[in-house]
Amino acid sequence: MNIKAFWRDIRVLKILAQAIFVIVLALAAGYLYLNVTANLARQGLTVGYGFMKNPASFGIGESFIPYDPSNTYGRALLVGLVNTLVVSTLGIVLTTIIGVLAGVARLSSNWLINRFAAAYVGLIRNTPLLLQLMFWYFGVIIQLPSVRQAIKLPGPIYLTQRGVYMVWAEGTTTFPAWRVYLILAFLSIFIIWFALRSVGKRASVPLSPWWNLAYLLIPLTIIGLGALLQPELPLKPFIPELVGLNFKGGVRLTPEFAALLFGLVVYTGAFIAEIVRAGIQAVAKGQVEAARSLGLTNGQTLRLIVFPQALRIMVPPITSQYLNLAKNSSLAIAIGYPDLFSIAGTIFNQTGAALEIIMIMMLSYLSMSLFTSLLMNIYNNRIQLVER
Amino acid sequence: MAAIDTVDMRPPQLAAGPLAWLRKNLFSTWYNILLTFLAVWLLYALLKPAIQWGTTEARWGVIEANLTLFMVGLYPRDQIGRVWLTIFILAALIGLSWGVWKNAARGFALIALSAGAAFAIIALLFRWNVWDEWLLAEAILLITSLVGRYLPRSSLILTFAWFLYFPLIFLLIGGTKYIATLPPVGMGLWGGLLLTLLLTIVGNFGALPLGILLALGRRSKLPIIRYFSIGYIEVIRGVPLVTILYTAAILLPLFLPIDVRPDLVIRAMIGFILFEAAYQAENVRGGLQAIDRGQYEAAHALGLNGAQTTLLIILPQALRAVIPALFNSFISLFKDTSLVAIIGLFDILRISRSILAQTDWLGTHREVFLFAFLIYWLFNLAFTYGSRRMEEALGVGKR
Repeated sequence: MNIKAFWRDIRVLKILAQAIFVIVLALAAGYLYLNVTANLARQGLTVGYGFMKNPASFGIGESFIPYDPSNTYGRALLVGLVNTLVVSTLGIVLTTIIGVLAGVARLSSNWLINRFAAAYVGLIRNTPLLLQLMFWYFGVIIQLPSVRQAIKLPGPIYLTQRGVYMVWAEGTTTFPAWRVYLILAFLSIFIIWFALRSVGKRASVPLSPWWNLAYLLIPLTIIGLGALLQPELPLKPFIPELVGLNFKGGVRLTPEFAALLFGLVVYTGAFIAEIVRAGIQAVAKGQVEAARSLGLTNGQTLRLIVFPQALRIMVPPITSQYLNLAKNSSLAIAIGYPDLFSIAGTIFNQTGAALEIIMIMMLSYLSMSLFTSLLMNIYNNRIQLVER
Repeated sequence: MAAIDTVDMRPPQLAAGPLAWLRKNLFSTWYNILLTFLAVWLLYALLKPAIQWGTTEARWGVIEANLTLFMVGLYPRDQIGRVWLTIFILAALIGLSWGVWKNAARGFALIALSAGAAFAIIALLFRWNVWDEWLLAEAILLITSLVGRYLPRSSLILTFAWFLYFPLIFLLIGGTKYIATLPPVGMGLWGGLLLTLLLTIVGNFGALPLGILLALGRRSKLPIIRYFSIGYIEVIRGVPLVTILYTAAILLPLFLPIDVRPDLVIRAMIGFILFEAAYQAENVRGGLQAIDRGQYEAAHALGLNGAQTTLLIILPQALRAVIPALFNSFISLFKDTSLVAIIGLFDILRISRSILAQTDWLGTHREVFLFAFLIYWLFNLAFTYGSRRMEEALGVGKR
């Protein structure tokens, strides 16, 4: 019988290599575990999540869900998570707008606009975000005039050292009844999409793009008619007014929130601008020339030929910028916005539960990242080229 | 002869000169005219108060009074000669590289040369006593570049010298109790730009071996190794850097034997290495994927085994292809080192904050932060320029 030397058999070697890897890993993990238990025993600490039910007994500057110091540590962490989510979501929406505008401006044939965008991108991308956040907070927002000498922007929006006061809408007594129309308007969008699609399929020539205005006009008509049918208008403007020493009414963004949001949006916007520029430039020149020779106008070329192709190139890198924005929101600790990281830090200082806190923190950020990339991957798959 | 009458006899439109340039670049269409006016107004609205503030209200004295603090933090003032020594050796190495590698190192050499000259001139203008040191560095750079031209078999020696330089910095800056002229300087005293640069260098070069291993692991056919690498890379990339630094600062001592308590600077460096390795692994993976299957097959046909193929054929090509990406991570880590301010190290950012607490300079936030901006921006600009020239000279991405 021919017994092959087993150390020359590639299948055995593969299993052997992995077995050695696992053993080394297990030994390392065991060594670390022993160290941890020894260290914990010496410091008299125990590991467990029991502390999460204890009252937090520290105040949180701002919160989007009800909270007071008698709530538990778990609740405090939830407040931090919601704060992080709010600033990340708003930031992602705003930074997309800024980034696309700056990216298109970077390609403008207007020399001044072009240089302006280039300066923005070059300055912002080459300096650290943390420094920018501190500059916006300590150098700009905190040094704004006091409430009495607030800078008034059209809106009205008041810029003060106590934050940004903006006009907001306030529901009146008829607001609950009017909500039915809001839902109807929302549903109408789907109906229009469906109707336009079925008409478009049967028509011999493509529908005029003007039909897309229906998405705007019909829901607005429903909302407007609904509002007029009520005995009293359902919304009234909620205007901030200087009463005594402070503003009453409107909505207030705290200096910390305003600085963090502004800093994140400006920083990530510069990166998105570069992605947008590169994406548009990456579309083959022949595509534009072919569109021209087919008689498409400038706008049509951009909308129908260049942009759909550029989008395919742009989506994956933009996804990672969105993830960066969400992760970078953890720098809020430097300017005192109570996000997940800063609240977790406070809880660690109070309880000393390092292992548990860091586990919670990492898992929260990780699941946020995974969820965002899942959404963006679905979108990415939808717009990818279908090869036939 | 009717045809002649219909020929347009008007002079041709302006085709050159400043007016034509203005028309073409600023006033070509009605919306461009609108945009131009918008941009001009915006520039005016932004620049006018900025210039007014910068020339009248700003107290730039805060920078001059604290320049040493910005550069080296609390590093003992009587030992600063050691920092100069690392700069002189760096100048010599850059000069030699310029002489030996010619075009590839020319960008960096020119940048170093002009930066040194600029510092010397600034120092002379403000009557700081460091101008002679900068001039000496300039002289060293120029002389060594001439020496480099005539050095035999120099490329290998030079590579070796560069590798030796980085541990040497630590010996010079940190000192040792065995050499009387280099007394130890505690890491707690390292600060400012010095600390920022040290963290950047350690983070990048320390992470490269681990990054390469992870990239190879992720491409491995052995499932356990592959999933371990994927798991590591994705977890590290999914959490913010500041949580990793925080973990390194707080949790790392828990995982070490009871009597081992590394300094906070060392812990931060470990954090950066673990973090950066995941990103560099993805860069290297890009390079590995770009390599043609034929290369593997050719290596196999020549009788090379797996390890030989990877080390001798695949990795050299892959690493060469990702040089631009590695330069980009260098810049991005340079910016990211500012996060150590959160865990309490005195890098440029934290130094800036501590300067703001001096009673003489209360309320000079803008001046101090703008100066820190300038440092980061100039460094990145210089590095981008140098690395681009090097990529061009090496023909990265062309061959």
